Amino acid sequence: MATAVVEPEIGSRVHYLNASYGIKSWLLTTDHKRIAVLYLASITFFFFVGGSAAVLMRLNLISPQGALLEPETYNKLFSMHGIIMVFLFMIPSIPAVLGNFLVPLMIGARDLAFPRLNLLSWYVFVVGGCFTLYAVIAGGVDTGWTFYTPLSTTYANTNVISAALGVFIAGFSSILTGLNFIVTIHKMRAPGLTWFRLPLFIWAIYSTSVIQILGTPVLAITIVLVALERLIHVGVFDPAVGGDPILFQHLFWFYSHPAVYIMILPSMGVMSELVTAFSKKRIFGYSFIAFSSVAIAAISFLVWGHHMFVAGQSVYAGIVFSALSFAVAIPSAIKVFNWTATLYKGSVSYQAPMLYAIGFIGLFTMGGLTGLFLATLAVDAHVHGTYFVVGHFHYIMVGGAVMGYLGGIHYWWPKITGRLYPDGWARLSAAIIFIGFNLTFFPQYMLGYLGMPRRYAVYAPEFQVLNVMSSAGASILGVGYLIPLVYMVWSMRYGPVAGPNPWGAKGLEWQTPSPPPTENFEETPIVTEGAYAYGEEAKVA
Amino acid sequence: MWQGFPIRPDQASTIARGVDHLYYFLTAVDLFFTAFIFLAVFYFAVRYRRRSEQDQATQVEGSLPLEVLWTIIPLGICAFTFLWGSSLFIRNSRPPEAASEIFVVGKQWMWKLQHPEGPMEINELHVPVGRPIKLTTTSEDVIHNFYVPAFRVQKDVVPGMYTSIWFQATETGRFHFFCNQYCGTNHAVMGGYVIVMSPDEYEQWLSGGVRAESMVSAGAQLYEQLACITCHGTGKGPPFTNLFGSKVKLTDGTTVTADETYIRECILYPSVRIPAGYQPIMPTYKGQVTEEQILQLLAYIKSLSSGGANQPGKPNSYPPSLEGGAHGGGNRNVGGQQSPATVPAPRGTGAGEQGKP
Repeated sequence: MATAVVEPEIGSRVHYLNASYGIKSWLLTTDHKRIAVLYLASITFFFFVGGSAAVLMRLNLISPQGALLEPETYNKLFSMHGIIMVFLFMIPSIPAVLGNFLVPLMIGARDLAFPRLNLLSWYVFVVGGCFTLYAVIAGGVDTGWTFYTPLSTTYANTNVISAALGVFIAGFSSILTGLNFIVTIHKMRAPGLTWFRLPLFIWAIYSTSVIQILGTPVLAITIVLVALERLIHVGVFDPAVGGDPILFQHLFWFYSHPAVYIMILPSMGVMSELVTAFSKKRIFGYSFIAFSSVAIAAISFLVWGHHMFVAGQSVYAGIVFSALSFAVAIPSAIKVFNWTATLYKGSVSYQAPMLYAIGFIGLFTMGGLTGLFLATLAVDAHVHGTYFVVGHFHYIMVGGAVMGYLGGIHYWWPKITGRLYPDGWARLSAAIIFIGFNLTFFPQYMLGYLGMPRRYAVYAPEFQVLNVMSSAGASILGVGYLIPLVYMVWSMRYGPVAGPNPWGAKGLEWQTPSPPPTENFEETPIVTEGAYAYGEEAKVA
Repeated sequence: MWQGFPIRPDQASTIARGVDHLYYFLTAVDLFFTAFIFLAVFYFAVRYRRRSEQDQATQVEGSLPLEVLWTIIPLGICAFTFLWGSSLFIRNSRPPEAASEIFVVGKQWMWKLQHPEGPMEINELHVPVGRPIKLTTTSEDVIHNFYVPAFRVQKDVVPGMYTSIWFQATETGRFHFFCNQYCGTNHAVMGGYVIVMSPDEYEQWLSGGVRAESMVSAGAQLYEQLACITCHGTGKGPPFTNLFGSKVKLTDGTTVTADETYIRECILYPSVRIPAGYQPIMPTYKGQVTEEQILQLLAYIKSLSSGGANQPGKPNSYPPSLEGGAHGGGNRNVGGQQSPATVPAPRGTGAGEQGKP
């Protein structure tokens, strides 16, 4: 990162961005805030790589015969889109960017518990990303991000091992980050900051970190088994020698279902921060939201079989997994009601972060409820493997998690950079994203129920109208994502100086200058009030 | 549904309407709560918008009664939906006793569908309307999935094991079937049509074209060609009469049901589970029989068991008997059409058994 020209007011003060200059000071930093910025740059890069794959896919799907691509290329694109978006964007996004930046600030600490481990996490992530990029450049992989056996182990002739290795390595970044957060939150809270005074973002990050630590090793071992099978034909998944291809699915989904909660929980944490700050209100139902994060993390490990209702799993297993999948929906519903109730009698403003938050609440509600369709055995027997599933998870991950991520980026941008971005453009982008998103993904629910399978490079002609609508939406969505790139970069140099607390929000991160000094706080703060202590009647929790 | 803008596929099977009703219920719940939340958020955001810098919020901490309410109501809806969906699923998973069986082998990137009476189809499946049909499927390579949207059924097709689905078509017509588990380059074109015909037309179709051998008779020939008879017809190996579906005691003391999976395993991996009282002398046929041939042997072995309406190849097995069945109306070929008797009577049992008691 080159030296930046800064406004006199920011430049005259020493903070984490100008405390030292030169590329070595960034690549060898142990400052959690700089590491967060390194992650921000890396995952933004991967987001646009994965997004480009999606653009090409949707262009191809304008025509039933495939408008643009050979099936082999299309298959590689959807595989890379999944791998990059899941492992190199969604899973790191909020924890590695916002979590890294904010966890010490929110708890009044100088840094994370293990700053050098934090830097190692980033390097591990980058190496994993490089392996995956290598797989792309070397011709791609076409197994889907789910790597089902025996296709991936025996029959695929694309770069399975390099792509899988990329995921394997990046997984360790996830484990180390989770470890760092758990220890930090347990051991480094400022005096007076009891568990039930913590911001709900911290509860969400904590629950996510538990999933990361417990789940990711299973994925790692599964990938090792796939690689061994591919290299030396061990046979664990090969029915010809007594292996079981369905075993892979159990192992894979045992991680990958909790993984989707790694992707959504932090975003839910951001929601609690945004609705309070932009309605100047204490959160409604603090302990209910806090415990629901923990409940989601726990139950998430018990539902993996709902990906396998028609895989050859027994009907009885299906019934158990279906019941548990309904159970995991309840805590999420509780959160949505509590966020909505937080707005009641608040003093609500509509800057961009709040628009993203409102979008999240609506889209997550719709998408989460379509999860109930999939948890319902008799309906899943029809829509499994169709575009209904694609619509469902994009509503949660894009309409939910990514909107939460963008809302958080906009909310904490002044803290991270010391600058304000132009809110008019930000609100316009949020609106464009919302409209483009719905036009892209709502037709997919309909396509799914009509019976269009997913991962199809070509399709039956009767599905064309809905596909064209979806592709049109995708072009709008793409524009919506590009605009922030422009004004955020612009703001770093030309945006007005933000000051320590441009939103007038509660929270320790707002008690320190923007951008913060390297050591975060001049003196360790002493906490005497609960989270979101807005209003004169603020009670001490 | 509106002519030009369908929201569901044809309801072409007995279970389709039930699945659609549950789907409509879930859609209503989803749209209701999405609208409810969105409107609530919108209303609060407008009603309580910040009018000036001095605007104060009124702090409301929480409300236990509300938390209980909005926990109990979702819980109730979830429980109701779970019970409805599970019971429907259980019912939909159980093929009727009278289902006739068609065998399906999927491979990259085509489907081979074998009728018990003999005809084999590629990427097309002719079936009679109003009869329960069970598809027993396996794969030769990767995991595929046989999916008929109009019937609301699908199941993964897995190498090394048999999976099955059943349906009873309620309308004639052509309905897509798709491969619904990504299986490589040509996954998207690995499909075809289920062609549902009236029973008369189906009968005509069966007897027209190249008269292929029934699966039972093909299996009977394999039984001799592969020399199974030298052991299984002489007492060195267990006899096949009434074997299928029976409980077999193994040398290790456990008991196994002689279903498709067990018998296939014996053909390919004979030393794994040996019936008690027999020596481990059976050679393996791995590499010498295709999946289709295994299915033919299975059909033959099944035909040696007494009872059962779904016995392929027996002259009276199509159309399956409807006596005592709950399938209502439909064509009853009382004393009428039978498959041309080109099949030899299966060994070991009397011919002419008329379906299940």
